[in-house]
Amino acid sequence: MTDNEVAVAPASRRSTGAPPGPTATSDSTRGRRSRKGLRKSASRRQSWAALSFLAPFLVGLLVITVGPMIASLYLSFTDYSLIGDANWIGLDNYERMLDDDRLLASIGVTVRYVFISVPLQLAMALGLAMVLDKGVRGLPIYRSIFYLPSLLGGSVAIAIMWRQIFGTEGLVNQVLALFDIQGQGWISNPDYALDTLILLNVWTFGSPMVIFLAGLRQIPAMYYEAARVDGAGPARRFFSVTIPLLTPIIFFNLVLQIINAFQAFTQAFIVSGGKGGPADSTLFYTLYLYDRGFTAFDMGYASALAWLLLLIIGLFTALNFLMSKFWVFYGD
Amino acid sequence: MATETLTPAPTRRRQRPRRDLGALRRLLIHLALIAFAMIMIYPLLWMLSASFKPIDEIFSDPSLIPSHIEWRHYVDGWTALPLPFHRYIFNSMVIVAGSIIGNLVSCSMAAYAFARLRFPLKGMLFAIMLATIMLPIHVVIIPQYILFNNFGWIDTFWPLIVPKLLATDAFFIFLMVQFIRGLPRELDEASQIDGCSYWGTFLRVIMPLCTPALATTAIFTFIWTWNDFYSQLIYIRDIDLQTVPLALRLFLDAQGQSSWGSLFAMSIVALGPIFGFFLAGQRYLIRGIATTGIK
Repeated sequence: MTDNEVAVAPASRRSTGAPPGPTATSDSTRGRRSRKGLRKSASRRQSWAALSFLAPFLVGLLVITVGPMIASLYLSFTDYSLIGDANWIGLDNYERMLDDDRLLASIGVTVRYVFISVPLQLAMALGLAMVLDKGVRGLPIYRSIFYLPSLLGGSVAIAIMWRQIFGTEGLVNQVLALFDIQGQGWISNPDYALDTLILLNVWTFGSPMVIFLAGLRQIPAMYYEAARVDGAGPARRFFSVTIPLLTPIIFFNLVLQIINAFQAFTQAFIVSGGKGGPADSTLFYTLYLYDRGFTAFDMGYASALAWLLLLIIGLFTALNFLMSKFWVFYGD
Repeated sequence: MATETLTPAPTRRRQRPRRDLGALRRLLIHLALIAFAMIMIYPLLWMLSASFKPIDEIFSDPSLIPSHIEWRHYVDGWTALPLPFHRYIFNSMVIVAGSIIGNLVSCSMAAYAFARLRFPLKGMLFAIMLATIMLPIHVVIIPQYILFNNFGWIDTFWPLIVPKLLATDAFFIFLMVQFIRGLPRELDEASQIDGCSYWGTFLRVIMPLCTPALATTAIFTFIWTWNDFYSQLIYIRDIDLQTVPLALRLFLDAQGQSSWGSLFAMSIVALGPIFGFFLAGQRYLIRGIATTGIK
């Protein structure tokens, strides 16, 4: 997970290079010691003040975030089940994973979901951002309409709507019937159920689109002018100017959306009625984790699953950063 | 560089595409965009209209216009569950209000320290804070549940509100750090020369200037908490404390073919506040996404 920091590294770098205070220079040797003492006490006072501002954050970090992380690592080596003690069982939970067919199924479903929906979603976002950036009149209206699904997409109400739309008598089949096409129960068919969820994620392309739009705005016009003077056509300008200068933002969106997609829960839970069906075809990793932890209360095993999820996400994020060396362009 | 000094870049950038696109081409782009936007929001509009349609039309008519307006779904849906629907709205509102207050207070405090004060381990803490933005809730939810269970907090709103009071939504810390860094430091120094303590500077100088960042935080917190299903599903089982998303899920599980109309009606009720906040605050939302995304 440490790799994530790099995405916003410029900001953190700025914070550490704080300028020296106004009292930093002094040439008189006599006044030096007392001033130094003064400065020391001033900086100590500042640290105490900082502590008072950070107190809630620090408590939260320890009690709500880091503490539970360590606790869940410990629990993953036990058979804890909410009632009774946590008995140390070593690597049993992790060995159990190897024979757990539902776990393997859920990893397969999740990986397919992530690697189909994220590229589609980002391609849509980039495409629309490019069109809107061409100086279209009414940009704020279009932007709002395209952005709206991003805000609503995670809600139960939208998942309910999706379930109806792709149901046997749903909106999609009603529209298909107008063209004399016999539809089917998309959500009740294991071959298509996951695709409807992928479509739901693609539908929420608005927020990466807004980020792309802001990025396109920052490409200086003189690069385009220079390319034009050198005789580059629109396609050439797109591939040689726009895309290279946008790669850091494409990369940022990619990292963010992959991490998000791995954690998708609500849509699959509602659309499949909490079971991940039909035939485990929408059994997201998070759904299986919920099932083990909070339905079966098999909390030791669920903790091991949670850590495996963290490792998987961390691994893909690290891979992402490694690969970025070959295609992300940070200027010279 | 030379061209830049001759003509300011932004105006030229705006002019260039206008000149290139012929009127016909512009019209075609608009038509394509409108068609695409229509497909995007058609399901939403259709659900809105379906909540007013007679029940057989929901399953047979893909158009947006009901043959006649049917209010019954709203009346039926409001009372279809063990509690009247406004109780669920009230429960959701309590959690939302607590979360907004918690995030505004705790995240702005932490943000001020990171943006303006010097203290030991600052770089490391800042890095940890950024890393927690990406930390999946699924990794910590089980020990958190055990912890809150030991406190006797299951089936209360505390597990949903207390973490916000402790600045665990690090995304908002980051957003406000970015914002505070953009404010001129001279203001802090002036207030400190005038005798303000750090808390005085924070409360009298920084906070009033942070209103846009605070608004963004409040709006995002509202939408995310209102939409949140996962943690509410885990911590709240008591029938009296159910929230809007939980109520919708109950409704979905309990219903038969005949109550899709009421289910849609209540879904529209659930989406209404988000839509309202979106209309009122989209300036803040879009700027918030753009700045935290880029910087």
